[in-house]
Amino acid sequence: MADKDSWPEALYDLLRANGVTQFCYVPDAGHKVLIDRSLADPDVHSIPLTTEEEGVAMVAGADLGGDRAVLLMQSSGVGNCINMLSLTAGCRFPLLTIVSMRGEFGEGNPWQFPMGQAVEPVFKAMGVIVLRAEQPSDVIPCVTAAITMAYQSGQQVAVLLTQRLIGAKKF
Amino acid sequence: MAKLNKIQTATLPDPVLDRRQAVPALIENPSDFLMVAGLAGTAWELSALTHESHSLFGLGGAMGAAPMMGLGLALAQPKRRVLVATGDGELLMNVGALATIALQNPPNLTIICVDNGHYGETGNQDSHTGLGVRLDVIAAGCGFPVVHVINSEADMAEGRRLVREGGGLTFILLRVLEGPATHDGKKNLVPHIERDRFRAALLG
Repeated sequence: MADKDSWPEALYDLLRANGVTQFCYVPDAGHKVLIDRSLADPDVHSIPLTTEEEGVAMVAGADLGGDRAVLLMQSSGVGNCINMLSLTAGCRFPLLTIVSMRGEFGEGNPWQFPMGQAVEPVFKAMGVIVLRAEQPSDVIPCVTAAITMAYQSGQQVAVLLTQRLIGAKKF
Repeated sequence: MAKLNKIQTATLPDPVLDRRQAVPALIENPSDFLMVAGLAGTAWELSALTHESHSLFGLGGAMGAAPMMGLGLALAQPKRRVLVATGDGELLMNVGALATIALQNPPNLTIICVDNGHYGETGNQDSHTGLGVRLDVIAAGCGFPVVHVINSEADMAEGRRLVREGGGLTFILLRVLEGPATHDGKKNLVPHIERDRFRAALLG
């Protein structure tokens, strides 16, 4: 089991052990380890996006070709994905997205609250199941569950790396 | 009343090709490719062209999705040639995808933009390309190694060659007259059936 500080490394290993080979992301400090590990891994594609909705379509295309993809984004990017989630919902494409949260526990930037607080209702409105990782020991069990729900059961699943887990950004 | 004026730096000639002939002439044998077609005109015409081939995924919504779906598919299937057919309106909606795709640079992917300069499904309003925005220049600026513009029949042979033989990640701007796409009269593309039959045919 991952200790308090090593969960990002264990999370990358978990995704790779489950056959994820396309890492789509909009850069975010909360995903730094996953992004850097994917860039250093010769066996995966590391795909920086210009906006998060590109990643929803990319995950669908990967599935058409038999690959597994993951979409890494910050909570503010969830709003950019809303209509594109019609694709994964309507076609029943498996979707695994890992979202680093802002605008909640201890947030010091008022601009982050509207979208941060809207993440769960927006996802649920578009048919995406939401799991929350609140502490280091939650991360691997939550993502393990999400992997099964997405790739085995064909669901659309978001794991939120909450601000309680990753810490509020200091200004 | 404010008017939308054509961008004065636009230099492309007026389109002359009819999409109902030009799209089949460019793609020729659709069974050679894995294809993703963007919503509206391109999905209908490729669906009619391929007789609903199992190697075509046609979008009926999720505007903007086709190019990035093509990228995910091309990376997953590096030994197959992947074609994306999209309209100017769809590509404009998610034009940043060209930058994302160029960074990955998959040599087996060709993006064909069927550019009629109009939003044909919504009342035939001018699109940005119809007013002079150059998607071919944007693709080249993003770093697409191969960019080809088809303005007339004279440009078609090179387009056909690029679609088949490649030479690297390719962007083809197929400029056509406004007017209806070929439509075989079928109703909606059913989302989950599009996915299931494509995957079953490709992956077993």
